[in-house]
Order: sequence, then C-alpha cells, then structure tokens
Amino acid sequence: MSDLRDLYQQTILDHTRKPRNKHEMPDATSTADGHNRLCGDKIRLFLKVNAGIIEDISFTGNGCAISTASASMMTEALKGKSVAEAQPLFELFHTMLTSPMDQEPDLEALNKLAVFSGVREFPVRVKCATLPWHTLQAAIKNQDAPVTTE
Amino acid sequence: MTTTTTKPRGSQAAKAPAFDSAAIRSDFPLLQTQSHGKPLAYLDNAATSQKPQAVIAAAARYYTTYNANIHRGVYKLSVDATAAYEAAREKVARFINAPSEREIVFVRGATEAVNLVAATWGMENIHSGDEIVLSEMEHHSNIVPWQLLARRTGAVIKVIAISQHGELAMDHYAQLLSDRTRLVALTHVSNALGTINPIERIVSMAKARGIPVLIDGAQSIPHMAIDVRKIGCDFFVFSGHKLYAPTGIGVLWAKGELLEKMPPYQGGGDMISTVSFAGSTWNDIPHKFEAGTPHISGAIGLGVAIDYLGGIGMDAIAEYEHDLLMYATKQLNRIPGLQIIGTAPEKAAVISFIMENIHPHDIGTIVDGEGVAIRTGHHCCQPLMDHYNIAATARASLAFYNNREDVDRLVAAVEKVKEVFN
Ligand SMILES: Cc1ncc(COP(=O)(O)O)c(C=O)c1O
Repeated sequence: MSDLRDLYQQTILDHTRKPRNKHEMPDATSTADGHNRLCGDKIRLFLKVNAGIIEDISFTGNGCAISTASASMMTEALKGKSVAEAQPLFELFHTMLTSPMDQEPDLEALNKLAVFSGVREFPVRVKCATLPWHTLQAAIKNQDAPVTTE
Repeated sequence: MTTTTTKPRGSQAAKAPAFDSAAIRSDFPLLQTQSHGKPLAYLDNAATSQKPQAVIAAAARYYTTYNANIHRGVYKLSVDATAAYEAAREKVARFINAPSEREIVFVRGATEAVNLVAATWGMENIHSGDEIVLSEMEHHSNIVPWQLLARRTGAVIKVIAISQHGELAMDHYAQLLSDRTRLVALTHVSNALGTINPIERIVSMAKARGIPVLIDGAQSIPHMAIDVRKIGCDFFVFSGHKLYAPTGIGVLWAKGELLEKMPPYQGGGDMISTVSFAGSTWNDIPHKFEAGTPHISGAIGLGVAIDYLGGIGMDAIAEYEHDLLMYATKQLNRIPGLQIIGTAPEKAAVISFIMENIHPHDIGTIVDGEGVAIRTGHHCCQPLMDHYNIAATARASLAFYNNREDVDRLVAAVEKVKEVFN
C-alpha cells in the first residue's frame, strides 16, 4: 500500500507550514497565474529576471500541502539560477513524478526536490506538485493567460 | 423531516419492514470490498451511489436473455425489451407520483434534463430581457445551461443569495421575482451543503405570479419520498446513478401540457412519427424527446432500483439517514479545528467540512489511506465556494447502507489527518 509518510515527508510538511518566499513582488518583471481545477488550488507566481538570471522569485495563493510545499521549494531551488537552468530541472522533476515505480529517478540531480518522489505513489496528486512549475513556465513565457494543469 | 416528504404510497407502506441496516448492506456487493487493504467506508454517495445486486442482476439479465432494440421489432425479444423499458417508465411515474408515465422522459441524467429544458422550452419561451432566477447553491449543471440560453437569447440571470448557514434568503427570493421572471430553476437539496430548500413555498410564490419552476432533484430523490404534484413544480429532473441505478440514465419529468408544446430536443429515430424530405412529424410524448436507441438496460435497472427502494420505504430511509446525519454531525463537531460548512436546520445526509490549516485535498488523500472514500473539491459549485470564500471542502455524504461504524471510521481517519499535520 502507498505509504502516507512517503507523501507527507517532514521537509514537505515544514514547507507547508512555513512556506518560503510566499509574498507578492511589486517589482516583478513577470507574473503568471496557475489553477488546478480538481482541487481549486490557485497560485500566482512572481519572477524578477535580470540578464537571464532569476534574481528573485516568489508566490502567493492557496493550495494543498503538496502544491504549497512544491511552490516553496521551487522558489528556493531557482533563486539565483539562470532561466535556462529552470526548464531542465522541471523536466527532471516531472520525470521523477511520472516515471514507473520500478524506475529509479535521478534523485541526486534534483537535490532537495527529491523529497517529492513519494508523490509518484499518488497519481492524483502529481498535478498538485507540478502546478507551481507549470505556472513558472507561463511566467517565463510572460503569458498573462492563467495556466491550468489540464 | 421535511415538508415535501409524503406518506409512502400503497404497497410501499404495507411492505416496509423494520430497518435492517446489516441486511441492506449485504445487498451491495461493492460494500463488501476492501480499499487499501481496509474495509471500504463509502461516503461519497452524493457523487454517485453503489448498486444493489438486484440492479446489477437486472442489467445482466437483460443482456443475457432478452437484449434487443425497442419499439421496432415484431419478434419476442424486442417485445420483451420494449415492455421492460416501458414498465420502468411506469415505475418512475409512480415513484414521483407523476399523473402519467407519458410525462417521464428518459435522458442521460440530471444534466441532460436541464439542458433539454433550456434548449427546447427555454428557446421558445425565454427572450431578450427576460429573467431566470437561480440560487447561489446551484450545481454547475443548473447554472451553465441557463447561461448558454441567456447568451443566445439575451435573457438575464438573477441569483438568490444564501445565508451563512446555507439557507436561501427567502426575502431576497421574493424581491427577485418580477414581471420579467420567466423561470425559477432551483435545487431541492444542495449537493455541497445538504440544505433542503423549502421548495413548496418557493413554487407557490412563483406560481402566484404564473412563473414556471424547474426543480433539480438530483440530491433529493435518493433521500426522501418525492411527490411532484404536491411540490407543484413544472419540471423535475434527476439522475439514476445517484438513486442506486446505473449511470447514463436519468429522468426529466414535465407537465404533459408543457411537453406537448415543447419542440423536440434531438432529431433521429424513434422521436418521429413520419419522415419525408418535405418535412417530418413528431412522435407522441415522451418519445418525441427520446431520439435514437436509449439506455435500455439503464432504464430497466432504474426500475429495479425503484422496486428495491420501495421494499424499504423512502420514509424509513429518510428517517434512518437523518439519525445517522445527526450522529455524524455530533461526532465531527467534536474535532477541534474542524468546521462544518452548511448548518441549515433542514438537511439531507451531506456534511461538508474544512479544517484549520489543512487543505481538503490532503484530508481526502489521508482518509483514503484508511479505506474511507470522501469527496474533496468544489463539488461543481464554484459560486457557492466563492460565497464562503473557500476553494474547496471535504464532503462526506451518507446513504441508507452506511452505518455508525462508517462514521466512526471517518472520524478516526480525520484524527489521523491531524496527526500527520501536527
Ligand atoms: C444538485 C445536483 N444537480 C445536478 C447534478 C448533475 O448530475 P449528473 O452529473 O448525474 O447529470 C448533480 C450531480 O452531482 C447534483 O448534485
């Protein structure tokens, strides 16, 4: 049986209770809204990009433990990184969440984000973990239309 | 327990035995299964209900012994299938005390029934500037078809407000009724709050001004005896799958004189009387609204579900569920940090709740691990969620096959949610 402790790891719960970088950003260079229709989660992502570097990143919104922690940890992972580095990291993250259980995901490259590997066992929750990342992609593209996880 | 509950009719009253919850439970094969290695506590009955063996067997019997298309063949199988399909229509008519089975239109479900009324009656009777009165607690299926109609016709939608307890603001309703109101379309029981609306009063207020009323009975029909004549409405819609019958079958009841005047919904076989390229003529009601091969096994299954419920008695079911609702409400209210959304005095067995600092989605996942199936989300009621300024709730909805043990399992599972998060 899928173990709840794999899903609700201490690190995840810590970020849920005390989300990092959860605030608005008046001087953002781009923002995007994300919406998970299944559970009603809404997130707004703020980016401050300068010369291809993510100088600052933050989010606001209301979501479940998984999406909140994912947003919080994503902002920590990306602050100071280049925009070009974000996409491959998302792809690794996405692969980890959707790969078959018998396939070892590349946990090392994911660093702290590897705590989300337990989400694999809960397929309906994968969209919660990826919502912040989809929203990030929209912000990078500087789209104003809200994205969904559909 | 509600003003719309009627006395069981005839044979129902005579047959109704003492309520035997354990025996009832054993009639439902799915309730004997396990989930995540634990016995299943199925508490998502407002989404769909489980099916008694009698219903499952009836569908199997149709496919194994008399599967044929209806209204078409002269051979025995087709005659038998037609008879069973039409017998189901009569059972539905009796179940809701409709004056005639000619007023029972089989559709896919409550959603299709509302869409049918909007697309036919609505297009003929609702014009630019006319008003349609809905409420803040409607299911999307009783909102969006009217929005589509409003977009086509230029009609205006008016929304009855609700109180914090989840009751309709009757003063507001009275104010909304105007010379331009052409329809009141309202849910009988809220799927997200459980509120039982005072529909007889609502109908009589509309009728005083000659305004037709559509009642969405999707959530009331499984929980109480329904008498469309006593309610006094013009349209009543419901889905079979919430009434222990198969998915894909549902009912539109409408007054015969309205059905006679309404144009057809879809065109095709069975709904016609004659077809020529010079023009076609329509079949009699209700067949005029049933184009193409219908869900024959579904209708037969619905008839059997109604027979099954008749053996128990809808009033006995209402009483048992009310008792279970009271128990569940009391037990859940004991959990610190848990808040029930929807606290109207008149409620069907639906309990929506939220928990401090814990998102409903997380509640759903954790209780699922304990074998307890509840629904989390907006329950297709986004305007209602906006009213409460929340994105979602967790919802336990009870049926007559649930018992106190199911409720205790839910409460223990919710305690587990708190353990994980604290
Ligand atoms: C109040 C209400 N109306 C209508 C519907 C739509 O029913 P269906 O999806 O079976 O058409 C539902 C189902 O959730 C409901 O709860």
